[in-house]
Amino acid sequence: MTARIGVVTFPGTLDDRDALRAVGLAGAEAVSLWHGSDSLENVDAVVLPGGFSYGDYLRAGAIARFSPIMDSIVDAANGGLPVLGICNGFQVLTEVHLLPGSMIKNEHLHFICRDQTLRVENADTAWTSEYRSGEEITIPLKNQDGQYVADERTLDELEGEGRVAFRYVSFNPNGSRRDIAGITNARGNVVGLMPHPEHAVEPGFGPDSLEGGRTGTDGLTFFTSAIKGLLARA
Amino acid sequence: MATILVHVMPKPEILDPQGKAVGSALARLGFADVEQVRQGKRFEITVDGEVTDEVLATVRKAAETVLSNPVIEDVVQVKVVGSGCGCGGHGGGHGSGGHGEHGHGHGHGGHGLTRIGDAPSADAHSGDEAASDATSAKDLLA
Repeated sequence: MTARIGVVTFPGTLDDRDALRAVGLAGAEAVSLWHGSDSLENVDAVVLPGGFSYGDYLRAGAIARFSPIMDSIVDAANGGLPVLGICNGFQVLTEVHLLPGSMIKNEHLHFICRDQTLRVENADTAWTSEYRSGEEITIPLKNQDGQYVADERTLDELEGEGRVAFRYVSFNPNGSRRDIAGITNARGNVVGLMPHPEHAVEPGFGPDSLEGGRTGTDGLTFFTSAIKGLLARA
Repeated sequence: MATILVHVMPKPEILDPQGKAVGSALARLGFADVEQVRQGKRFEITVDGEVTDEVLATVRKAAETVLSNPVIEDVVQVKVVGSGCGCGGHGGGHGSGGHGEHGHGHGHGGHGLTRIGDAPSADAHSGDEAASDATSAKDLLA
């Protein structure tokens, strides 16, 4: 069996091609999904990629959440379908209430693009199971509305339930509360983060690593984690 | 045709990076009296025909569920600013949370419809009031 992982394209999505390529490199069949269709094409998992869906005109992710495909994704996610939201995809997941909190403009007011080190705080989710808990990874980060905010009660809940999936290490690039880079739902199948694992999957095109310039492939494990989990279930 | 104004602001406890940028620019440009700026959004929604209770309720619902995100924003005002308000007979029903109560009148959570309705009403929607709202809106823009 080959796992089928879908990648949704909204108007204004930028990183769908990279996400499809990452899925393929990880060993799954990559399936393009369209925002205007409510069909998930029998995929086993879904990636909501980065970009500026609907121009982010109202708020990041605010209009995309009302797409027909999102109704199907919410239903399937509530049934356990692994869903990964990257950057704008994370914003869509918060707007559609699959994940708590929201993102506002970066504290320093600038667009930021850098190789960012994260700590994997929860290695038990559908998208992190092949990492070690506490492992530090470096993947690109690029956003303007990346400051994660939620009320204190929600933040305490996330911390208490181990639902902070990733935390920024040594530098908080956007003012996110408690250095939160990504979170998971209670079940561990829905994960969202601001940095971009799909841009760190292929030597020659990733962040710099100890092995040399652009050799970093730390993001690939997101996708291999999902595939391994799906195959184990099959 | 009538126009309904929906005014959305970042929650008081949420840092407003855009307002901060505007505020520091104003200070830099010599507007010395400016202490703080918070930047929100104003939606002008034009509807066909009279603004009935149903129309206003629909716009309020849109304001609470689409135009704002209750995690980071408050709907501080929903009011008729153009002509065509047909809801003259019931004064305080359509309260508009003006700036006066911003900061303490708006609680948390997703029940903003109640929140707005419960806000003390400075401008009951008689025809005259709607007209004066239009004037003040124009003044603000002038």
